[in-house]
Amino acid sequence: MSHVTLTALRKVYPNGFEAVKPASYTITPGEFVVLVGPSGCGKSTMLRMIAGLEDISDGTLEIAGRVVNTLDPADRDIAMVFQNYALYPHMTVRKNIGYGLQNRKIPKDVIAAKVAEASALLNLDDYLDRKPSQLSGGQRQRVAMGRAIVRDPALFLFDEPLSNLDAKLRNQMRIEIKALQRRLGVTSIYVTHDQVEAMTMADRIIVMNAGRIEQIGTPAEIYHTPATTFVASFMGAPPMNLLDGQIAGGAARVGDHTVMTDAPAAPGPVTVGIRPEDIVADPNGPLTLDIAIVEELGAHRLLHGTLAGQQLSVHVGKDSPATTGPFRAALKPGAVSLFDAGTGERL
Amino acid sequence: MKRAGFTSAWLPAMLLLPQLAVIAIFFYWPAAHALRSSFYLQDPFGFGETFVGLSNFTSLLTSAAYSRAAWFTVFFTLIVTFGSLSIALLLAVKADKVIRGAKTYRTLLMWVYAVAPPVAGVIGLIMFNQSWGPLKEFFALFGWDFKLGVNYFDTAFAMIAVSIWKQVPVNFIFFLSGLQSIPKSVREAALIDNRSATGRFWDITFPLLAPTGFFLLITNITYAMFDTFGVIDTVLKGQPGNNPMTLVYKVYVDGFRGNDLGGSSAQSVVLMVLVLALTVFQFRMIERRIHYT
Ligand SMILES: Nc1ncnc2c1ncn2[C@@H]1O[C@H](COP(=O)(O)OP(=O)(O)OP(=O)(O)O)[C@@H](O)[C@H]1O
Ligand SMILES: [Mg+2]
Repeated sequence: MSHVTLTALRKVYPNGFEAVKPASYTITPGEFVVLVGPSGCGKSTMLRMIAGLEDISDGTLEIAGRVVNTLDPADRDIAMVFQNYALYPHMTVRKNIGYGLQNRKIPKDVIAAKVAEASALLNLDDYLDRKPSQLSGGQRQRVAMGRAIVRDPALFLFDEPLSNLDAKLRNQMRIEIKALQRRLGVTSIYVTHDQVEAMTMADRIIVMNAGRIEQIGTPAEIYHTPATTFVASFMGAPPMNLLDGQIAGGAARVGDHTVMTDAPAAPGPVTVGIRPEDIVADPNGPLTLDIAIVEELGAHRLLHGTLAGQQLSVHVGKDSPATTGPFRAALKPGAVSLFDAGTGERL
Repeated sequence: MKRAGFTSAWLPAMLLLPQLAVIAIFFYWPAAHALRSSFYLQDPFGFGETFVGLSNFTSLLTSAAYSRAAWFTVFFTLIVTFGSLSIALLLAVKADKVIRGAKTYRTLLMWVYAVAPPVAGVIGLIMFNQSWGPLKEFFALFGWDFKLGVNYFDTAFAMIAVSIWKQVPVNFIFFLSGLQSIPKSVREAALIDNRSATGRFWDITFPLLAPTGFFLLITNITYAMFDTFGVIDTVLKGQPGNNPMTLVYKVYVDGFRGNDLGGSSAQSVVLMVLVLALTVFQFRMIERRIHYT
């Protein structure tokens, strides 16, 4: 098990585009870190710099106590799982899994034993003599996993490994990958733009936006105390409601509605953040919403409407009555997040 | 997709007719004629012919000149095929490193393909020109008195060099597009799995180029055996003397210079059988394997 340390790691592409702004963090041994963010925010670039597939423009990268900036990918003691699996089409599953070992001067019988072990772990025993073209998407994904785990690397890197699978298989593989990582205890960095994957798999989440790290934290921290309005609106489905508010007399108000009585902020404009599920129906509640649309989702309902003229969503249980029109509600304690109206940073 | 259909049979027949006519007139008819002639002895002055059975073929077997040309053809084909394939592959691998993704370079390189082969052949031979060819002068610096059309080895060397030179651009384009169609992530996975660039080439790149390579192998063998006629003719000008020549050229020399139509027809029948065998082999192999999807 090994830790990974990035110090002011930066990427500027030859065309002058700064895809990753200086980023620093440490990943502790055995940790499963998920890099999440919208398309084009620099997740893959960051991962590929760690893998050695992309040059590092500035900063240092340490894996297991070694600075690896200038090492070849093969010398960094990493294994990577690609989005399109990247299996060798002309090799059998057995060869695909064993190829990395074969080039590390490992005796044949040891390779065979390791391949057998990996294939048993991944339920690939029946497919060892097939070519990748004769496998389903899920099976190919397992072979790609097998190729990574036989090497026993210091670090696993995943670049959206599940995005080519259908929803059902994706859920299943998500659980399998997580269980496997737990069992093997290998430090892992996992890139996705799917915030559900991020929330469910991560020990820690790194949220990126436009080449910048917005927040690093456990899924609970990211969800409950987002550091910026970007994180608040990116994580969660539907996202946190962000409303224009005012601080006056120590209270935070949205229009005429007081949403927080002891606001820890200076008087002036603020952005008020409230998770949709933190608004509860309450006939005597202090807030009156105007609901325009009710979305029926089976286990629960989503209500879309306005508070003091501003759009917001409410997430209620299936037992909670829901009709369009006025809706009296209260907020759960500690439900309100306040952000700087200008910078979007948490107050 | 909707299949287009014809309401009557005569329209498709009419559409096919020109192509079928071209094939019949310029291929089947001469081929049948050659097959027939190969069993006859023609009077050199065009006064009739005599049926001689297989004697045209048996005299080929015993002819020293024919076996000399046959051996030269084997040798020539092997060197030209191997040379043009390996040089093209080497260049393509080098170019691929530079132009990955850069579309402009690729387009520029495609232009080489557009130079007409006879023009390329003539330019190639100018390099070896007896009185002012730059290559001849270059060889002279090393004390090699290069005599095109006089010395057997020198003539063979020039024929082979020009034939290779003419074929390299075509092979290069095919190899390059073959290389560019190998997914980036597969190369990257290999980069993580194998530290040695040579190892990656032989384990990953080369096998993935096999379909392209096999196709090129067949086309290059065909090229070396048949399409090099122009190059050889530019060197020998119909007067081979003691110089080397390939079987195709010998058909022409014996038939049109030596007026031995029967013997030359027998030679072309042998070549037709060879082409047929090569084609059958190609289709068998394509059916069998060498594609991965
Ligand atoms: N070779 C390159 N040259 C210049 N810019 C590049 C290059 N590769 C990527 N970029 C840019 O860098 C940014 C980050 O790209 P990257 O592939 O890291 O995004 P990503 O977060 O992985 O997105 P996605 O979720 O779509 O995969 C993008 O804006 C992209 O256009
Ligand atoms: Mg990406």
